[in-house]
Amino acid sequence: MGWCIATYRLAINMTHRSPDPEELLRQVQAGERYEGRGLLKVFLGYASGVGKSARMLDEARRRKERGEDVVVGATQPVLSPEVTNLLLKMEVIPLKTLDEMQVMDVESILRRHPQVCVVDGLAYHNHPRSYHTERWEDVRELLDAGTSILTSVNLQYIDEYKEKVEKITGKHVADVVPLDFLKSAEEIEVVDAPPGMPLYREGGIPEETGVLQQKLAELREMALLLTADIVDHQLEMYMQHHGIEQLWGTQERVLVCIKAGVDARQMIESGRRNADRFRGELYVVNVRQGKRPSKDQSVLEENLQYARTLRARVEVLEKEEWTAAILRFAHEHRITQIFIHHSRNESWPERIFGSGVDRLIKSAEGIDIRVFPQ
Amino acid sequence: MPENSRRGHLKLLLGYAAGVGKTYRMLEEAQKLKRQGVDVVIGYFEAHARQDTIDLTECLEMVPRRKLLYRGSEFEEMDTEAILRRRPQVCVVDEFAHTNVPGSKRAKRWEDIRVLLDDGIDVLTNMNVQHLESLNDTVWEFSGVRVQETIPDWVVKEADEVVMVDLPPQALLNRLKRGVVYSPEKAQQALENFFKEPTLVTLRELALRQTAHEVDVRHEPREASGSPRSLLLRNRAGSSTRNGEAAERLLIHITADPSTAALIRRGRRVADFLDAECFAVFVNMVTGLHSLPAPERQTIQKQLNFARNLQIETHVLEGEDVAETLVGFARRQGITQIFLLQTRVRNRPAIFGRNLVQKIVWLARDMQVTIVAEHCRR
Repeated sequence: MGWCIATYRLAINMTHRSPDPEELLRQVQAGERYEGRGLLKVFLGYASGVGKSARMLDEARRRKERGEDVVVGATQPVLSPEVTNLLLKMEVIPLKTLDEMQVMDVESILRRHPQVCVVDGLAYHNHPRSYHTERWEDVRELLDAGTSILTSVNLQYIDEYKEKVEKITGKHVADVVPLDFLKSAEEIEVVDAPPGMPLYREGGIPEETGVLQQKLAELREMALLLTADIVDHQLEMYMQHHGIEQLWGTQERVLVCIKAGVDARQMIESGRRNADRFRGELYVVNVRQGKRPSKDQSVLEENLQYARTLRARVEVLEKEEWTAAILRFAHEHRITQIFIHHSRNESWPERIFGSGVDRLIKSAEGIDIRVFPQ
Repeated sequence: MPENSRRGHLKLLLGYAAGVGKTYRMLEEAQKLKRQGVDVVIGYFEAHARQDTIDLTECLEMVPRRKLLYRGSEFEEMDTEAILRRRPQVCVVDEFAHTNVPGSKRAKRWEDIRVLLDDGIDVLTNMNVQHLESLNDTVWEFSGVRVQETIPDWVVKEADEVVMVDLPPQALLNRLKRGVVYSPEKAQQALENFFKEPTLVTLRELALRQTAHEVDVRHEPREASGSPRSLLLRNRAGSSTRNGEAAERLLIHITADPSTAALIRRGRRVADFLDAECFAVFVNMVTGLHSLPAPERQTIQKQLNFARNLQIETHVLEGEDVAETLVGFARRQGITQIFLLQTRVRNRPAIFGRNLVQKIVWLARDMQVTIVAEHCRR
């Protein structure tokens, strides 16, 4: 599994889509330098009470049974009976208390130097006088020391998601973990929903009102899609690393092509709606076509501006044969649907050789072309 | 509401490969329910000789399977009728997408499960994402595997709850190598099919996105919505949409082209995501389907049946001019989007007139036309 771990390590710090070869090489080397680093596995949940701790400790138990040297470095302040039960079978390094605040005893764990350490609750804030101010920094140190980590975190504690979640729950949280740290994990596993059927569900969420259910569903969806995005990123890195061109995508990506002088607001809106419904991405492009009347140019500018307000990724492609430019962009960005306008009227050459729309339809292998009324 | 008129609650655990822990999770839930005092039985489960899983069936009542003889061999299937007689509160059933052996009362396990639900029994079941009908071409495209046992999307949509059973692919591959998932011979075979890392990663991503979608359709606030339960009914009535957008109506053009099945799947999937009504039309240039040559007639019948099984309303129209007939129908029916297959005939000089796609695109300038590209293995 060495190669695959190295590949996943590559996912760290990757922010843009196509890194240059040197960047890639640098990262491979960085990966190799950390050969002795422990592996990070994160259990991601959308709310507390979904069973992350139990799932994580169950894995710890199984690993221990297979002969791995596993300790528990941190537990939650309140334990469910299931978790208490699982802990009985494990070696636990107790938390230490600083001014009535409980923190993970990193020094003891480092001295004990286990193969695997369970850290329940990645997002805890440490005492100001402790080793690091954040628990995820403790974890990073343990990883560097060669200990593999099993840890858990809830969506609301991920820095980049904090605000979104707060809007839904109305609850403010102080502790956060950066998304990049999460992305640096070799493995991420989503813990999707509490076991049991709502009809028989005991305790937990007593009165699942419509509103509460709605909020929980939004959080669930967010956690699933975050995991999907991280997985997608890992896949892309894998493909790049193995020199495989990835032409298909599991995520819908809509490309709206606009021309100068044509009001494209409706088509852009439709692109946005479609991308949203598919939880996909939206791109809006125009191919530069030399000189054009200033009136057409201003309509184009308005359209592009409108696309930006709808959170589309907007690009103006350099002058090139129209179909080729669109298709090249589409393949580079793994587009699954292209939106274009119908031709308004056909000239004689178009009648004979086909319009740009016709040519695009003929050459768009694997991409749906949706033609819109003007 | 009287007790016996309640339809059972369907909970579906969604995974992306054998060995991710679907059965294990399902039995864990069954044990939990049992401890709560719920009357739960196992309707069908596949042990795959995994000891961890077998341990979890302890103390759970199992309804004996039905034995069937087919071509001289004995097969075992879930005994739906016996479960109906036993009438538990909850029944757990493995492999939602399973095809029953010929000679069974119902062809598919999901049909058996619907019978249990109709009788008010709650069901806990599981499947892998690649069995979803509308993903059949996508899965084939990246894995090279054409999944035969498929389940129509509307059946999954009927589930009250869909939950993802996740496991990172590396962990799954480790399990496979440790011999936890399959016997050694079968493990080797598996490594040659789905069990390649990029394939597993892609399947996992599909499952995550599909689950997110299933969560979304069940909980998104909608204009004229009642409970999420009414989703299917509402779609059939075709009156309402989300957030007050104009309702979309989608029309799929059926031809004898073998890629039509892929077109139907794609159209159905897009319609589902857009909350659109979905129609399919075959335009017959001669009078009556019986006048078609037998092979073509059979192909068309097959496509129409396939569309109907995916809950698409089908029509057969007659007209000498296919494009005009199709677009005329679309206009009369208030269709907003026509779905077509890319014409296979290449290099045909356009000087001899437009091809069918060009003609439809030209005639339907006032609506959206989607041309679905032929998907191919790369």
